[in-house]
Amino acid sequence: MRSALLIASRELRGFLRSPLAYVVIAIMLLIDGLLYYGVALRGEARLSAEVLRDFFYFSSGTTMTTAILLSMRLFAEEKQTGTFVLLNTAPVPDSAIVAGKYLSAYTLVAGFTLMTVYMPLLIFVHGRVSVGHIVVGYLGLLLIGAASTAIGTFGSVLVKSQTIAAVISAVLLVFMLVLWLVARETDPPIREFLTALSLHDTHFRPFMLGQLELQHCVYYLAVTFFFLLATTKTLEARRWR
Amino acid sequence: MIEVRNLFKYYGQRRAVGPLSFSIAPGEIVGLLGLNGAGKTTVLRVLACDLLPSAGTVTVDGIDVVDQPQQVRHRIGYLPDTPPVYAEMGVHEYLVFAARLRGLTTQEAHRRATEAEKVTNLEKVAHDPIHSLSHGFKQRVGIAQALVHRPKLLLLDEPILGLDPVQIVEMRHLLRSLRGDFTIVLSSHNLKEISETCDRLLVIREGSIVASGSEAELSSKLLQTTSVEITFSGDHERVERVVRDKDGVRSVALHPSPEDPGNHVLRVDADRDIRPELVRTLVAAEVDVLQVVQAKGELESIFLRLAGDVSAAGNDDPACDGSNPESPSQQDRAMNGIEPHDSTDKKVDKEED
Repeated sequence: MRSALLIASRELRGFLRSPLAYVVIAIMLLIDGLLYYGVALRGEARLSAEVLRDFFYFSSGTTMTTAILLSMRLFAEEKQTGTFVLLNTAPVPDSAIVAGKYLSAYTLVAGFTLMTVYMPLLIFVHGRVSVGHIVVGYLGLLLIGAASTAIGTFGSVLVKSQTIAAVISAVLLVFMLVLWLVARETDPPIREFLTALSLHDTHFRPFMLGQLELQHCVYYLAVTFFFLLATTKTLEARRWR
Repeated sequence: MIEVRNLFKYYGQRRAVGPLSFSIAPGEIVGLLGLNGAGKTTVLRVLACDLLPSAGTVTVDGIDVVDQPQQVRHRIGYLPDTPPVYAEMGVHEYLVFAARLRGLTTQEAHRRATEAEKVTNLEKVAHDPIHSLSHGFKQRVGIAQALVHRPKLLLLDEPILGLDPVQIVEMRHLLRSLRGDFTIVLSSHNLKEISETCDRLLVIREGSIVASGSEAELSSKLLQTTSVEITFSGDHERVERVVRDKDGVRSVALHPSPEDPGNHVLRVDADRDIRPELVRTLVAAEVDVLQVVQAKGELESIFLRLAGDVSAAGNDDPACDGSNPESPSQQDRAMNGIEPHDSTDKKVDKEED
């Protein structure tokens, strides 16, 4: 744990000393704000709960994109510059390396997510909305952000190029997003299986509506764990190649 | 300190290293010498637990690198061919991070980082960002991170790569100053440097050790020739004739002196050190002898013979490519008591990172 925190702290300082994190977060906040203004607050009178639902819908998109863009450098950059050997030859378990790097990226993703909180709070100016709806919605954003960061971390460990890492992660993410579409074309029990695996449609909608269900929380935690485990195993396998 | 027995490392189907066996005693400075792609980096990476061996046993300080890699990593400091430095960090900050990564407390890490800066002469740039440093200083930072936790074993891959002559001299002094405190294994294809820094050389060719020993031992065992260069003025044909007739002289080669075209340099290969009698003979023949030196390039001859550059070693036969089991280079090794290694497996042309 100590090693993971040490690595996370160094990574976080690395993020904050490079323009990447600032640029990505600034652009994504801008897009989030424009979408809020253009989509959620569009012309006609609407229920506050509907505005909030739409906000969480597109915010899940910007959160996933931010997660992929921030995690693409985690391993790819170090492999490209040759610094990864310092971690790889230190008496630190691979799981601690992965956890440290993941934590640093996820801290930024969570930070980005929380920076958007002013938007749902603006609803209180002219409308009424349940605080619980906001809290559950943000829990959903944090969970889908955690799963997306884990997918991005896995993409980053596969290659040396950050760009290719981002493309691989994005393809994985989109594949998991559209599983519900694939599911519609299949028969049971495959349909149920694919629907249950779908990253957004099945599991995020309840959060958008302010419904907290344990199974969806477990799903996102399981996806996160799976991809972090895959990252760790990939690191271990590299020593044997 | 290090025991390697029948080590093999494959990249896919290609054999990068093996069969390889050697031992290194505590406190030794040992150089791995070989051409690019010979397997030096792979050997160091296996010792550093960066890669796992495909077969064979490797122990560091009695600990197996496969069974207990974390224990081995506590005992080693590794400098790869590119220093693993985070450009955006300051030197001291980086060394503290490297020390804490090896399990030191924050306070201890600061103390050791300061010590490492002192040993590697980084005190003046301790708080500079690493990206602002020259390549030589970055290399020093790389060495400092390798020794900051006081490991028993230092593994240095091409520590003088890319350094200018002044930096090379400084690096040599630095490595010599570490003698006694650490067991050091360094790789290089710089013949002069490695022979001046190391107690013992392990010459690697195609993943196997083809010779081991000090430069003098390798020279006497393999070349069985001592070379002398005589700089003189006067009738060079007469001097060449006089020297050629001397007992023990195997061959002579005459060329103009590079420093002074009016004079000549005669390179004499003999079966023993004949400098005293050669000087007496030349003086008796009233030759104006300006300089007599042991010829440089002994190690180069050894290296070229062992490392496989057959044509460069003077063999122009295109059939002698090392893959031919009857090639003269292998015959030479066999004659000198060196086991010719198996050439039936496909070998790696270029070492992978």
